[in-house]
Amino acid sequence: MAKDFTPFWWTLFGAGGNVAALLFPIHMFLSGLAFPLGWLTEPTYDSLHTLVEHPITRIYLLVFICLPLFHWAHRFRYTIYDLFQVKHLTGLIAILCYGSAVVGTIVAAYTLWNFT
Amino acid sequence: MSGNPDYTEYQPKLYRRPIPILWWLKDRSYFLFVVRELTSVFVAFFAALSLWQIHALGQGPEAYAAFVDRLGSPVFVVVNVVALLFVLYHAITWFRLVPTAVVLRFGEKQIPDAIIVGAHFLAWLISSAVVMYVLLRG
Repeated sequence: MAKDFTPFWWTLFGAGGNVAALLFPIHMFLSGLAFPLGWLTEPTYDSLHTLVEHPITRIYLLVFICLPLFHWAHRFRYTIYDLFQVKHLTGLIAILCYGSAVVGTIVAAYTLWNFT
Repeated sequence: MSGNPDYTEYQPKLYRRPIPILWWLKDRSYFLFVVRELTSVFVAFFAALSLWQIHALGQGPEAYAAFVDRLGSPVFVVVNVVALLFVLYHAITWFRLVPTAVVLRFGEKQIPDAIIVGAHFLAWLISSAVVMYVLLRG
């Protein structure tokens, strides 16, 4: 299964790696540290809510969440393979990794579509 | 990245020298390789955390305030600092590796690696500035 789709997974891995590299550090710094610890004034609930309601923001957030999940799935799959030398579980590991990313994508799409 | 791990039953049964399970602690470059691969765990962590944040935002002001409070707890702060360090390592190693995956040509000439890497670091700076502007404009 995984063999024939390798270029497909690799493309998602590459795209997700770019999204995570370009956008994750600043978001992690702001929403993970600067806002909760009060270093910077965070946007009010209403302004943040209005921002996320906008269709462009929702598309941004879908890309922001889904592509990095596929980046993780592909890279982590090979990390398990390299670290634990579990050749016989290749198929199962691939299904669990890519499957988690697919589930995450569905949950993200559902959450963003129904955001009110 | 390793080769394709799909082995067939027709493969000759060659002797394979057993590799110790802690092979990646034997050499600094092996160790850094594994650290780089493990950055993906923190990438997935932050993707999940962002999804949780959007969910909380949709639940109303009280649920969102509770979420932000939880993020400010010592455990989350420590986890977020560690995650940020790993993701920074991902970003730096990722941009530096781009020329090995992407070869761009301008006419006959190949665009030098340094320009491709530099362009990515510049894009990183600009996209971070845009995110800061959108979230901090008040």
